[in-house]
Amino acid sequence: MNYSKEFEAIAQAYELSGGDADLLKSDSVASLVVSGNEVLGKNEIPGVHMRSEKLAHGVRVWLDVDPGTVVENPIHLCFGVVPKEGLQEIISEYHIGDGAKVEFLSHCSFPNAVDVTHIMEATVHVGAGASMNYNEVHYHGPQGGVKTRPKTRAIVGPGGRFISGFKMIEGKVGELDIDFEADIGARGVGEFTTKAYGKGNDLVKVREVLYLKGEEARGLTKTNVVVVDRSRSDVYTEMHGLAPRTRGHMDCTEVVGDNAVAKNVPVVYVTDHTSKVTHEAAIGSVDRKQVETLMARGLDEDQAVDIVVEGLLR
Amino acid sequence: MLLEVQDINLTLDEQPILYELNLKVAEGHIHSILGVNGVGKSTLAYLLMGLQGLRPDKGRILFEGEDITQASITERARRGMTLAWQAPASFEGLTVRHYLDLSGSRARQNGKGEKIAQSLSMVGLAPEQYLDRFVDERLSGGERRRIELASVVNMQPRLAILDEPDSGIDFLSLEEITNVIRYMSLQGSAVLLITHREEMALMANQSSLMCAGQVIASGDPHTVAQYFRDHCDDCKHPNIPDLNGEINELQQGI
Repeated sequence: MNYSKEFEAIAQAYELSGGDADLLKSDSVASLVVSGNEVLGKNEIPGVHMRSEKLAHGVRVWLDVDPGTVVENPIHLCFGVVPKEGLQEIISEYHIGDGAKVEFLSHCSFPNAVDVTHIMEATVHVGAGASMNYNEVHYHGPQGGVKTRPKTRAIVGPGGRFISGFKMIEGKVGELDIDFEADIGARGVGEFTTKAYGKGNDLVKVREVLYLKGEEARGLTKTNVVVVDRSRSDVYTEMHGLAPRTRGHMDCTEVVGDNAVAKNVPVVYVTDHTSKVTHEAAIGSVDRKQVETLMARGLDEDQAVDIVVEGLLR
Repeated sequence: MLLEVQDINLTLDEQPILYELNLKVAEGHIHSILGVNGVGKSTLAYLLMGLQGLRPDKGRILFEGEDITQASITERARRGMTLAWQAPASFEGLTVRHYLDLSGSRARQNGKGEKIAQSLSMVGLAPEQYLDRFVDERLSGGERRRIELASVVNMQPRLAILDEPDSGIDFLSLEEITNVIRYMSLQGSAVLLITHREEMALMANQSSLMCAGQVIASGDPHTVAQYFRDHCDDCKHPNIPDLNGEINELQQGI
């Protein structure tokens, strides 16, 4: 394999998904670059350790942040498959030590995909008082030939924060099947934010579950999905208030156009009378008042709808 | 005349809302529409802008002499009309900067357009604190209304329809709002000011009094406000047309 050529190809794909490829070569920024089942680049910085193991169709990654480490620049993760076909499995384990603070920017790019399956299975441990902010952005080419299956199981220690954002708004989604769960300890915070834009015959399936297990734990799921043409969305969120004074909220907005179909099922489960869990869901076409406000500034209707939708997914 | 509304009737759900309504707004003038709640002031504003699919059953709306009765919202805006809602919409993911820029872009094409920061300062909001915030539910109602007003200022329209811009604004802030309206007028924009507060109506060059879906009188704001004070606060025929001669009496007085 020509690693240099492969690195350039994946770096180009990384930029298509909004990443800055120069940062993947920077010594001061921790990064990991995986194409198919090859680790093409890895940069560790003090307090951040990475190990990887090649699998038949992907890689297994261990990523540890030492207790008390405050990582100044976001850690950049770049995953992707450049060819039209393939299977990529990323099995990862994150250990964020007590009191550490870290942010991840993960870009997954499949610019030429016709038949690609991308499986992400992450196990996350956020230590006491630690903070992990993980943002994943996908770029899929125009063919829509990607099946994406991200799965996360997270445990957040007392006073810890796990903020996870997933965005798939560029190119065609293909099939997306999100499955996220987190256990939140005392005074901890768990947040899942998902934004997706389904077109053609795309399928957007989201399952997000938060267990507020420790007292005063807080949780939020926020899901914004736009489906047009013949695409479908199926959003299932579940919040468990299991300990005293826990607070949770689930917010789902789905915009439906053309012959698309959207569905939302929120489930609230509370076992402690001092816990409070709320949910809010809105499914419908683009808000008429928003569109008319922008038209009253001189935009035509299509421009106004685009701006409203872009804002929702930003 | 910049805007002429001729014999407009509007019926919604078989209920007459506006009835034989006539109105004229002169170029660069502030024209207040005064009336208690429920007389059809906001509906008139929406009809003039073409919002909510509203079109009159009868009558015409002329803008600079051209019939815009059936024109789309966009067409009206591109001719130089705009509207600020009493309860403006929120926009998730849209920054104040971007929102104001959208209203200013058309004005800039015409060689006009306020600087975004300046329009925010004018409505009493510090640009450095607001430009990068989102126009979403995290803004208070008062902040959102001010941003709406800034957006209208930034557009430099020929005619700005302001639906109760004083709604929910405290007394001290009222002066800022009236200053902005005067500034717009000085810049050449006509302002149609919808209000139920006579002190707001008094800032206009001309005032019209609405009752039961009709403009029952137009003229000097002080005379109209006096009539409003004397009769409308304690109305004996709320929203029922035919004022038994009182209209004529008022019209003669004006």
